[in-house]
Amino acid sequence: MLLSARQICRSFGENQVLFDIDLDLQAGEVHALLGENGAGKSTLVKILAGYLRPTSGEVSVDGQHQHYRSSGEAEADGIVMIHQELALAEQLSVEENIFLGRELRRGLLLDRRTMRERSKEVLAELETDVDPRARVKDLSTSDQQMVEIAKAITRDVRVLIMDEPTATLTENEVSVLFALIGRLRQRGVAVLYISHKLREIEQIADHVTVLRDGHLVDSGPMAGRRKEELARLMVGREITEMYPPRTDIPTDAPVVLEARDMVVPGAVKQASFTLRRGEVLGFGGVVGAGRTALLEAVLGLRGKSAGQVLRNGQPVVLKNLRDAVHQRIAYLTEDRKGKGLVLNMDLRSNVTLLNLRAHCHPLIDRRLEEQAFQQAIQRFDIRLRTATRTAAELSGGNQQKLLLAKVMSIDPEIVIINEPTRGIDVGTKHQIYHFIRELTEAGCSVILISSEMGELIGLSHRVAVMCAGVLTGVLEGEQINEHEIMQYASGIKGVGVDEQRYG
Amino acid sequence: MSSVMANNKSTNKAANPTTQKKGFSIALKIDLKTWGPFVALLALALLGVLINPAFLGLDNLSNMLTRSAFIGIIAIGATFVITAGGLDLSVGAMAAFIAGVMIILMNSLVEQFGAGVTTVLLGVGASLLLGLCAGFINGMVTTKGKIEAFIVTLGTMGIYRSLVTYLADGGTLTLDWAVRDIYRPVYYGSFLGITIPVWVFLAVAIIGYILLNYTRFGRYCFAIGSNEKVAEYSAIHVDRIKTMTYMLQGVCVALATIIYVPRLGSASGATGVLWELEAIAAVIIGGTMLKGGHGRIWGTVVGAIMLTMIGNILNLTDAISNYLNGTVQGIIIIVAVYLQRASWRKAAP
Repeated sequence: MLLSARQICRSFGENQVLFDIDLDLQAGEVHALLGENGAGKSTLVKILAGYLRPTSGEVSVDGQHQHYRSSGEAEADGIVMIHQELALAEQLSVEENIFLGRELRRGLLLDRRTMRERSKEVLAELETDVDPRARVKDLSTSDQQMVEIAKAITRDVRVLIMDEPTATLTENEVSVLFALIGRLRQRGVAVLYISHKLREIEQIADHVTVLRDGHLVDSGPMAGRRKEELARLMVGREITEMYPPRTDIPTDAPVVLEARDMVVPGAVKQASFTLRRGEVLGFGGVVGAGRTALLEAVLGLRGKSAGQVLRNGQPVVLKNLRDAVHQRIAYLTEDRKGKGLVLNMDLRSNVTLLNLRAHCHPLIDRRLEEQAFQQAIQRFDIRLRTATRTAAELSGGNQQKLLLAKVMSIDPEIVIINEPTRGIDVGTKHQIYHFIRELTEAGCSVILISSEMGELIGLSHRVAVMCAGVLTGVLEGEQINEHEIMQYASGIKGVGVDEQRYG
Repeated sequence: MSSVMANNKSTNKAANPTTQKKGFSIALKIDLKTWGPFVALLALALLGVLINPAFLGLDNLSNMLTRSAFIGIIAIGATFVITAGGLDLSVGAMAAFIAGVMIILMNSLVEQFGAGVTTVLLGVGASLLLGLCAGFINGMVTTKGKIEAFIVTLGTMGIYRSLVTYLADGGTLTLDWAVRDIYRPVYYGSFLGITIPVWVFLAVAIIGYILLNYTRFGRYCFAIGSNEKVAEYSAIHVDRIKTMTYMLQGVCVALATIIYVPRLGSASGATGVLWELEAIAAVIIGGTMLKGGHGRIWGTVVGAIMLTMIGNILNLTDAISNYLNGTVQGIIIIVAVYLQRASWRKAAP
């Protein structure tokens, strides 16, 4: 057994997140680690890779007990982890990153030539055309991931841990990655692969372990398992229960928002859509297909080179988000830490920041703010477990609810929601789905950008699908299923893809 | 649409007692953080009294506060700039430039309006306008040109410094004697036993406090300094607010210059040298974070007074040479910031 973990427990304060987990990795196997967000996958692999120490339990490598105190010690034993958020020095070149911390030297000076040659070899092995001299900053996310993998390979990796490696990759890049994983497997490397994309798991895993709420639910060979079974194990209930029934939209429901021929340089090519009153319009497609760019251009957050926005049939010019707010359009960003919340600010000020005007006459009325905050706690069920002062101290789910409270403070008629359930637990997801239903019931319209197929299918009245900056189609009724959405998202079906791609 | 998300109130209530208990201990810590600069000021004052009882003399205190008013007023403007994530290195040179232009203008107005109040008021108005414009330029170049504030204000600092030297032709610009007599009370006069500069300082501090803590502008400064992207996604006009902080800084510099000019009645290339660093030091000693997102007006006031007080105490004692003023100031700045960071680390979870 290359690596085995026994009875791993881990707590953060009073909050236990892992309960007696056993895990075995054999040389030359691809071991998939499955689980919903918050199931404890990341905590477990951080323990294996030396980033965290277990509260109790043992990790052994080659039959020897190991107590890694840092990721460096684990790396010395060939256990390397590639992070969800890549950890590269952006200003350095590819080759400098690959050898970072272990530079080859000749005497006192760096042996640049050998490092470059070895970098080239490794990158060639990965079948990528990344230039070793390129600056990491200038690379695409998928190329950066290749650099991470190259870095791991040069470190004589024996156990490679990958945390959601395909989240930001295109389909083509995913197949290159899988071929690479195949070669690593032949070289006797054990790959621990975290994902909740079940179709990928079906393709490459030899062995699968499922976690739910910090407990090991199942572990065994992949052969003979169906992905529906795994999905049920992960969630612990039938997924269909997750979504409330859709509201009915009257056939004569007016169009409240329309975008015509929107062009965003480098991101969106001539996209048009309409949104009716009380409707949930889903936006599907892979990451980077241009969904966020399109809607942020509609909102005035990004520049557009052409296109028109109509609100209730009247052309409007939205130059920035303030204009959108005046049109009663709210936007929930997908990046709640980077763009949504002021993390080091207190919760109250975060909730009122978007609509501070309403709490001023003319000086800020702290009592009014406090009232609004208490209402937000009630309405959105924000749970303050400890003496929470700043937004940074909240859990992901509660941050999302706080952000929702902030966005809803303008009492919008149209809510544009971008990846509302990324990185949050199942319970909160459930609440957010019901909240969306409530909104539409009250006559609001919702645009839902999501990379989770289940959400799109479960919530949307219509689904617009984008591929490479082109809005390839708008699906309705029976058309809204995984198969159809994938076909439009990958450009197999739909309008305009060919001419846009090759034209 | 109010009930569905609030389906778990029991957890909320059960957690409340611990919330309050922990809240109490954290409140104590924060109080120390807030009052830290005041405690330091008191300690320094105590040291002053021990070294020389004359320290507490009314004349000495009044003199000290009056002197701290220049840096203090500039530093209050700097608090806004720094809180919003910016930096203004040009304030010292800007003060010299404004002083120079003001003197030239008033001297030339004497012919038309005579050496009267009109001349002084026109000079004062012009200098406020000039400060506003200078701040506007700093703000626009930083935000629209997307250049780091450090670079932009380093550039304007050089420009203003050389402009005043050019205007003075390498020497000194001197205010007309008749005008000086009328203008004198702005620095030397007093009201209710307190000098005019101290009144101005106090007024600017109170207005600054309200502006920073009780207006949208102030709240937006905090948000922008913490995270510009979040501010933009909160429908805040980031560029406009940032430019406004520089304009406010410009007005503060002009105000400081207006009360500075009657003191000596002259300006030269050496006027206001290193004021920018003293102003930034006062802001930082007061507990405002240099990286933005957290600012405190009263801390800045205390910081400005402390810096002057150090010089004053050294004047009153023979134990340390007066020439070591900068050394003591430097040590105190570093220690103050270190103590603040240490309390941060403890307060963080």
